[in-house]
Amino acid sequence: MIPALVSVILQIIIILALSPLISGIIKKIKAYFQIRKGPSIFQPYYDIAKLLRKDSVVSQNVSWIFHAAPIISFAAVLTAGLLIPIYITSLPLGFAGDLIAVVYLFALARFFTALASLDAGSSFGGMGASREMFVAAMVEPALMLSIFAVALNVGSTNLSYISQTLSGMGLDALSPYQILAFVALLIIAIAETGRIPVDNPSTHLELTMIHEAMILEYSGKQLAIVELGAMAKQLLIFSLIANIFFPWGIASAYSGIAALVFALFVYILKIVIIAITMAVIETSTAKWRLFRLPDLLSISLMFSFLALVSFIIVKGG
Amino acid sequence: MSMNYLFFGMFVFYLVGATSAVILNKKDRLCSYTSFMSAAIAALLGIIFSISVIFGDTFSYDLSGGSYLKFGFFIDRLSAFFILVISISVLAVSIYSTGYVREYFGKKNIGYLGFLYNIFILSMVFVASADNAVMFLIVWELMSVVSYFLVVYEHEKPETRKAGFIYIVMTHIGTGFIIMSFLIFVGTSGSYSFGTFAEAGKTMTPLLKDIAFIFALIGFGTKAGIVPLHIWLPYAHPAAPSNVSALMSGVMIKIAIFMLIRVFFVFLGASQSWWGYVVLALGTMSAILGILYAVVESDIKRMLAFSSIENIGIILIGIGASMIFFADGKPILSTLAAMAALYHLLNHSIFKGLLFMGAGSILFSTHTKNIEELGGLIKKMPKSAILVLIGVLSISALPPFSGFISEWLTFQSLLLGFNLKETFPMIILSISAAILALTGALAAFCFLKFFGIGFLALPRTKHAEHAKESNTPMLIGMGIFASLSILLGIFPFYVLPILERITASFIGNLDSFTFSSFATVAIPSSTISLSTPAILALMFIFMLLLFGILFLINRKKQPVYETWGCGQPVSTSRNEYTATAFSKPVQIWFKSLYRPAREIDVTYTTSPLLKESFKFESRIEQVIEQYLYEPVVDFVIIRSRKARRIQTGSIHAYLGYIFGTLVILFMFVIAGGSP
Repeated sequence: MIPALVSVILQIIIILALSPLISGIIKKIKAYFQIRKGPSIFQPYYDIAKLLRKDSVVSQNVSWIFHAAPIISFAAVLTAGLLIPIYITSLPLGFAGDLIAVVYLFALARFFTALASLDAGSSFGGMGASREMFVAAMVEPALMLSIFAVALNVGSTNLSYISQTLSGMGLDALSPYQILAFVALLIIAIAETGRIPVDNPSTHLELTMIHEAMILEYSGKQLAIVELGAMAKQLLIFSLIANIFFPWGIASAYSGIAALVFALFVYILKIVIIAITMAVIETSTAKWRLFRLPDLLSISLMFSFLALVSFIIVKGG
Repeated sequence: MSMNYLFFGMFVFYLVGATSAVILNKKDRLCSYTSFMSAAIAALLGIIFSISVIFGDTFSYDLSGGSYLKFGFFIDRLSAFFILVISISVLAVSIYSTGYVREYFGKKNIGYLGFLYNIFILSMVFVASADNAVMFLIVWELMSVVSYFLVVYEHEKPETRKAGFIYIVMTHIGTGFIIMSFLIFVGTSGSYSFGTFAEAGKTMTPLLKDIAFIFALIGFGTKAGIVPLHIWLPYAHPAAPSNVSALMSGVMIKIAIFMLIRVFFVFLGASQSWWGYVVLALGTMSAILGILYAVVESDIKRMLAFSSIENIGIILIGIGASMIFFADGKPILSTLAAMAALYHLLNHSIFKGLLFMGAGSILFSTHTKNIEELGGLIKKMPKSAILVLIGVLSISALPPFSGFISEWLTFQSLLLGFNLKETFPMIILSISAAILALTGALAAFCFLKFFGIGFLALPRTKHAEHAKESNTPMLIGMGIFASLSILLGIFPFYVLPILERITASFIGNLDSFTFSSFATVAIPSSTISLSTPAILALMFIFMLLLFGILFLINRKKQPVYETWGCGQPVSTSRNEYTATAFSKPVQIWFKSLYRPAREIDVTYTTSPLLKESFKFESRIEQVIEQYLYEPVVDFVIIRSRKARRIQTGSIHAYLGYIFGTLVILFMFVIAGGSP
């Protein structure tokens, strides 16, 4: 009971502590590619600390949804965080949900953020909500097919079991269907974390923003929660990719402090590499027009479908 | 014996409701209370009755000992489950109705509505319990005709009369196919009793079985609203009074699903796997097309009707998968898929009933069902808003609400297709899952639009501005459904063993497997599990912590200011996003399906620079209606014109026709054709 509780609290602390750092690293690397010095990688921490000290200015049109949404969304993301293996596959609460449940918890978080954006009655909010849900709808079929490809390969949608099995397979885990599913999920991760070419996280131009348009009415402490929630979601999506496709080095159960520290170190390394990849993709592409996005996500859909078909072919139906 | 009392007590109370409505039809208020409350009591008896059948023995009762036609009731666990679904819905909807019909006081005849309402429910219960094909067809027809009268209750509106016409035509086409399907069974078994149909199904030739399958699928599929037989549904459900729409969408179309399960599994033994693929494909198509039309709809009740098509599709995906597994000799997987389908069926009857009642409340207090004219209702009707939000979250399949559980189970049963070890089913089931995922996301899009545009921000019109909270009976009715939506989401492990008993009655008993353990739903022989209580508890803890932290660091009152409008000093409802704009991205994405047409009409004053008026109109096409039905309708009309020549209007001619027909029939009998 006590070790389980410690493990859960530790996982929450790691998620909350790491997620601003990952955002900071991505920003720093983007700055490097743009031949700028860029802010320190710890800037997101300072931003959140600053926002937490400020008052929240609230629109006069809003209802309780606007106040409740950041809390509900954040809670949904953290709950998902307890279902995803981070550095250790033995999750005390892993029985509570699988990969599909994680996807739906993220959907719950998105749903409330979008509702809140409509609450203030601004056209930016409506535009953001409409586009966010549109992108989410386009992502969903590809996401489900890649989940199927992975789940068929391992025989389960339980995330701990997936990581455990694949890390036990050694380099055999690098099968063609895994690689194809990885490419599909990478495209999905770009869309889900709101990065270029789908969305531009650093814009406030009304015609191009999606996520930023949704949270335009938030300020101060509420904005701090919204921002931290978005960063935590980004970290969790990176963790999903890391531990489904590159599970090596993850600890399987509690086996001494040294082993855990090593596993944690490997995890951070993997996440930083994914963050660098994302930064490279972001700087090397331009933002796509909203109505060209179905093409991008069809590519992802095709990759996930190929992953599935190649699994069926390789494993001989 | 007590079962007899319960069963016939239920009938008596529905009949009391119907007759008291007729007798008291001059006294609106009294009439509404007696007729709807007596339906509610009957529903309570129905709930007790069906639960005791599910946990006890099958119930049967013979009405007559005639040798040729034996009328009787036969209720096994499957029928009992549907009586349970009917009764739960009727209980909540009846309480809601006592409040809702106040809208009609002094304007419409309440006695007429109360009478039809009770008879409609009674006919649905009869359909679920009939043990004889002839009796079944009589009560089925009764259900169709009574529901037609309910659809045209507001018959002074021309669009309602059109809706009723489309409904009655489609439903009779369906009944025609049902009769043909039943006659195939009768031809083999020599009896009209359903008990003998299962025996007949075993001895029939494969070709006859296939024909019976197709006819039953078309016949009952019409009632269920499967694409492409769905066209009546988006007309009829919005036209009916909202409490009746809640029952039609929530329950009546499920009765067709009940008969589909009965014909496919019990009568035909689900022996061909291609039947399963057909059902799965039709289910997938209904799900995606239903939700695609729902997304761009701005009439709330029409949107809900399209969404019913979607949900029937999701239920059929489960049933199709179950049939595929069953034909392949995998009873455990088949049970799981069937449980997913039945769970979604139960959930849909509840959250769709809730949303239709919510639409009724909106209509009641704003007199409009157009989302574009609403807005800000969360402040005017706060209690209804919370109840509708629960329905919205359930139908969007968000955890931990009920829709999530059944969609999760459906995904898991599709995923289990890899146990079949064949390429074709694996690919088909995966594609179906991908489309189901898209459907789920679009459902969230659709209902986010409904709640976000309809309930949040500022009221867009006077209608919405003067909205008032619904009255108490309406809130109680919706509250029952809202709490059930939550309970079915949090406690699936109590529901699944019940569903397992029900599926056992048509798939077979499974002794060695359990689908649920303490507080968790687990897929047999795998590591997959789901525990909504744990998810809910975690979310609750996190929300409490966050709320506490925010409360501690936020002692001051929050400053209130205008919504950001690019520095413009006014923020009015005209700045808000509209429902049409909200769904525009989806409309552009699927423009080859919608074939949107727009019309812009500008009139100028004397100067071409000054516009006097500006009219914008945007329409989408109903592809199936336009390209599948209209040519058939045109053809029938042209042929009918030709056939008009024999309609002389002279009574001698008609007597001649009758005589001629009789002569031909006599010749047929004498020549040796069997009667």
